[in-house]
Amino acid sequence: MEKFIDIVDLEFSYEETDGGRKINILDGVNLEIKQGEFLTILGHNGSGKSTLAKHLNAMLTPTAGDVFVRGINTKDSSRLYDIRSTVGLVFQNPDNQIVASIVEDDVAFGPENLGIAPEEIRARVDDALRAVDMYDCRKDAIYNLSGGQKQRVAIAGIIAMRPSCLVLDEPTAMLDPVGREEVMRVIKKLNKECGITIVLITHYMDEATDSDRIVVMSKGKIARIGAPLSIFSDVDFLKKCQLSIPQSVELLQKLKAHGANVPSFALNETECVDVLAQCFSVNAIRR
Amino acid sequence: MSQIEVKDLTYVYSTGAGTPKRALNCINLSIEKGEFIGLIGPTGSGKSTFAKQLNALLKPTSGAVLLDGVDIWQNSQTTPEFAREVRFKVGLVFQYPEYQLFEDTVYNDIAFGPKNMGLCEADVKEKVLAACKFVNLDLNLLQKSPFDLSGGEKRKVAIAGVLSMDPEVLVLDEPTVGLDPCARESLLEQLYQYHKEKDKTIILISHRMEDIAKYSDRIVVLSNGNLVMFDSAGNVFGCDKVLNEAGLKVPQICSIMAKLKAGAIPDLNDKVLTVDDAVTELLKFV
Repeated sequence: MEKFIDIVDLEFSYEETDGGRKINILDGVNLEIKQGEFLTILGHNGSGKSTLAKHLNAMLTPTAGDVFVRGINTKDSSRLYDIRSTVGLVFQNPDNQIVASIVEDDVAFGPENLGIAPEEIRARVDDALRAVDMYDCRKDAIYNLSGGQKQRVAIAGIIAMRPSCLVLDEPTAMLDPVGREEVMRVIKKLNKECGITIVLITHYMDEATDSDRIVVMSKGKIARIGAPLSIFSDVDFLKKCQLSIPQSVELLQKLKAHGANVPSFALNETECVDVLAQCFSVNAIRR
Repeated sequence: MSQIEVKDLTYVYSTGAGTPKRALNCINLSIEKGEFIGLIGPTGSGKSTFAKQLNALLKPTSGAVLLDGVDIWQNSQTTPEFAREVRFKVGLVFQYPEYQLFEDTVYNDIAFGPKNMGLCEADVKEKVLAACKFVNLDLNLLQKSPFDLSGGEKRKVAIAGVLSMDPEVLVLDEPTVGLDPCARESLLEQLYQYHKEKDKTIILISHRMEDIAKYSDRIVVLSNGNLVMFDSAGNVFGCDKVLNEAGLKVPQICSIMAKLKAGAIPDLNDKVLTVDDAVTELLKFV
C-alpha cells in the first residue's frame, strides 16, 4: 500500500546572510506518518519542529532528500493543490490566520477558494463548525471570541477544506487553561471520530501523553520515535533533549524512586489518580 | 506604605464604533516591595491592560495607580518627566518581546534603556553586563545582530534590555510562551534569582498554573476586568471552583492531590503546590 506521508533523508539548510555559513535546520530526517495516527512532535527551540511541519504541505521544500504526500513529491509544484488539500496547517496565533470578521465567513474562505459550489460550501462550513463545537457561534463576530474559540474557528477553516491530515504548530501556546482544554478535546475528537491524521507540535508535555507515537527532535535530527510510555519513562534522555515530563508522570516516578510500588507512567491525570488510589486503598505501597 | 497601590482602577476602551469595553473594573489592591506576584486570568480578562497601567503606558479612566505613595498620573500632568521616571522604575516586558528588538547589535539593544536614563558609558556597560548575567546570555553574542539569534536567545536579549534599567518592579507578560521546557524553567529560575538577590518586586503573567504555583508569594486572579481573588498561592489554588468559573484550572498536581483526598486518602493534606511537596505528603501514607 502507498505510504501516507513519507519523509526520506530530508535536509533543509540556508546560508547565513553575513558570513555565508551554511545552517542546517533539518539534517537527515526519515519518518513515515501513517494515515489516521496521532503523532506528537516534541523538541527544544530551534530543533527543527516547525521547519519539519512546513515541509508536510510544501510550504517549504527540501534542500536535499524528499517528502512524499500520498506518493506525490512535494517538489512537484504542479501538484501543490493536491498536496495542500491533503495536509492542512494550523499555527500558534489564531489572529494570524483568520481572514474574515464573522465566524462562518472565515470558515467558508478556504472552500470558496477551492471553487466549491455554494450549497456544498454551506454544508462543509456547518460540518466543520459542528466538529469544533462552534456551530452555535457561527454568526458571531470573531473579535468577540475568546482565544480558544478563535483557534477552534481557525481549525474549522482548515477542516472545511476536508484535509486528511492536520498539522498543528503549537496551537495552544497562547491559550488559557480552559481554551487549551477545548482545543485539545477538539483535536482528539477529529482524530478519533473523523479519522483525521494529526501531527501536533507542542511544548506542553501533558498534551503528548495519549498520542499514538511521539517524535523527539533534537538539533535537526530525530532523536527518538516511540510510544508515550517509552519516551516519558526515560527522564535522562528527555533532559538531554531539553524537555520535561508532565507533573502526573513526575509524581509517579519520584514516588517510585522513593521505593513506592507504583507504575512509572500514566496516560493522563485521571489514570494517575486511579493508580495512586488503587495503591493506597489496598495499602500496597511497600518499600 | 505599599510599593504599588491600585485604587478603584477602571479602564474603558472606547472602540469608536459600538459599545465601549470596560477592560478593568474598579480594581483595588496593594503590592509590597520584594513580593513575587502571579497574575492569572483567562484571555481577555484584562491582564495585559493591567500591566500597562502599572508603568503608565495607559491612563486610568478613573481611579489611580500609586507608586511609592505617589499617583503616577497626577504628577505627570505638571512634569511630563515623571511618567518617564515611572517607566524606569517599573520595567515592562511585553508578550513576544523579541519583536521589539531594533538595534544593530545585541549590546546596543540592551544598552538602549540605561543610555536613555542618562548614565555614563562605563555605568551603561556595567548594567548591560549585569543584565546579561541575570538572563544567562552568552557574552560572545553581544556584538552580533539581534536578528541573527535564535528565538530563545532573542527573548533573553529583550528581557535583558529591561533588566538593564535595574527597575524596582519588573512586570512580565507571558515571558515563556513558545519556549521549550528547559528554556522556560531556566528563564523563570533566573528571574527568581534576580528577585531574591536584589529584593525586586516581580509581577508575572502566565497561563502556566504550574509555574505560577511554584514561584508566587501571592496571586492576582482577574476575570472579565474584575479582581476575583488576591491571596496566597495555597489559598488561590485551593479554590478550584472559583478558578474554573473564571476559565482557569489548578495545576495538575493540585488536582491530583485534591482527587486523592476526596477519594482514596481522606487524611491527605492536599494543600501542595509542587510535585516535590506532593511526594513528601504521599510518602507519609506508606
